Amino acid sequence: MSLTRKEVEWIAHLARLELTEEMAEKMAGQLSQVLDYIAKLDAADTAGVEPMSHSGSLCNVFREDVPSPSLEREAALRNAPEQSAGYFRVPRVIE
Amino acid sequence: MKYEAVIGAEVHAELATETKLFCGCPTTFGAPPNTQTCPVCLGMPGVLPVMNRKAFECALKIALALNCRVDEITSFDRKNYYYPDLPKNYQISQNHRNLGREGYLDIVVDGALKRVNIWNVHLEEDAGKLVHPESSSDSGTLVDLNRTGTPLLEIVSAPDMRNTAEVEAFMKTLRNILLYTGVSDCKMQEGRLRFEPSISLRPVGEQTLGARVEVKNVGSITAVVKAVEYEIERQTKALESGEKLPQETRLWDDRLSRTASMRRKETSADYRYFPEPDLVEVRISEEWQAKVRGTLPELPVAKRLRFQKSFGLGDYEAAVLTDDKSFADYYEACLAIGGASPKAIANWMINDVLRHLNEQRIEMAQFPCAPARVAALAGLVEKGTIGLGTAREVFAEMVAADRDPAEIVKSKGLAQISDESFILEVVNRVLAANAKSVADYKAGKSAAFNALIGPVMRETKGKANPQVVRQLLEKRLAES
Ligand SMILES: [Zn+2]
Repeated sequence: MSLTRKEVEWIAHLARLELTEEMAEKMAGQLSQVLDYIAKLDAADTAGVEPMSHSGSLCNVFREDVPSPSLEREAALRNAPEQSAGYFRVPRVIE
Repeated sequence: MKYEAVIGAEVHAELATETKLFCGCPTTFGAPPNTQTCPVCLGMPGVLPVMNRKAFECALKIALALNCRVDEITSFDRKNYYYPDLPKNYQISQNHRNLGREGYLDIVVDGALKRVNIWNVHLEEDAGKLVHPESSSDSGTLVDLNRTGTPLLEIVSAPDMRNTAEVEAFMKTLRNILLYTGVSDCKMQEGRLRFEPSISLRPVGEQTLGARVEVKNVGSITAVVKAVEYEIERQTKALESGEKLPQETRLWDDRLSRTASMRRKETSADYRYFPEPDLVEVRISEEWQAKVRGTLPELPVAKRLRFQKSFGLGDYEAAVLTDDKSFADYYEACLAIGGASPKAIANWMINDVLRHLNEQRIEMAQFPCAPARVAALAGLVEKGTIGLGTAREVFAEMVAADRDPAEIVKSKGLAQISDESFILEVVNRVLAANAKSVADYKAGKSAAFNALIGPVMRETKGKANPQVVRQLLEKRLAES
């Protein structure tokens, strides 16, 4: 299976990655190889096999609805590149 | 050409849990920004979500209340997108194996039952809140992540509604189910319950659906109704002038009462859903399902039908009484105290109590009087102690000072006079003084009868029991 340049650019856009033309070309080839490799799974006969999302058999892991302490605000904001009046600050997202 | 509206809804309800869906941070509304976060809900690397049992059971409750099929296994998925209110860059939601599917909600519109199908019910985490400062000095967007990770129930209806009356009934019935089951406090003004209608138009008789317009940012039931009305009108005009409508998301502007186009919605495939590797599956045994089903209270439509049957009420009365659970509970509390018929108490609830709530813009919980007061007042009228006109005055006094109606009647000397010998004396006096009216009556002028009631009521300062007055007047006129 081979990915087109356009598809690679779309995937890069969704992942917010900026690719140079050269990189996009290279990625198209590499991603196609990865997909070919994964496609080997298509050969397995899965008729009558239930889909599963985990390899383990663990299920129903819950916690009770009991509050635990949150972080101090200062600690929560510490890694933020920008903050203002107790908020994280980001470039404006609406006009 | 005549068009038909096809309306569906996506509903989001924040669940009334103490803590978030995947961490122990509290969910208190209105806390200072970013004081209810931890590494899990901030999306720090290396953390693991652990599901809140109560949130899951609340979601299961609603799936069952909405008559959904609940499969033995349900699992969670990542919905990937970039937005500053989503620190992980993905939302943990459900897509492949939803908690509930293929359910329905029965609503009553104009006295008739109508079924709205429910496509699915699933559990997910809420996003944070964005603030866009108005001031020119801050050109950025501020992010408060307190709400991030709050358990959120999503209910997706089929496009089974055709007009605003159905949309309104759907929203009210669904809100009542959420309130009745106690899974959400449904405060729409705090964004804890959000309805997003989607509207498309098609020529009557046509089967395929038109371009779907989803409306966001609608903050109340009234606003949703207005937004749907607006969209039906806007789309009708556009189609009639030959325009082709795009599939889009529009934002409701409550101040201007209109919708405006928003950024183009990315299609569902762009979310790149995949199974959440950090959460295990949930297996719902039949015993668990039965246990949760056992905690479901009587639901609004069932209550409405029971009120009609057990208390001899009409559809309208039963609908008004069960529209709000606390209102219905108050009514049943009055009945438990007794002293008046269900019908009489229902009338007091629907006319006077409800009017008071509306005028004062308060909720049932803020009504100043206990159910015993309303039951007592209804009893006073039904027993003939006071007439309806006097009772309305007593009601005003009762709610103003939270006083016992019987005591108000006593202290103000409002009790109706039913003493026959006393009333007979007055009747005799009035008959003697109004010979002309008596003659008119005998000559067949029935209006003269009312001319005789007037003076009797005046002489007793309006306190004579009108029924007794009528009976005695009729008796004396027949005798003379
Ligand atoms: Zn947290």
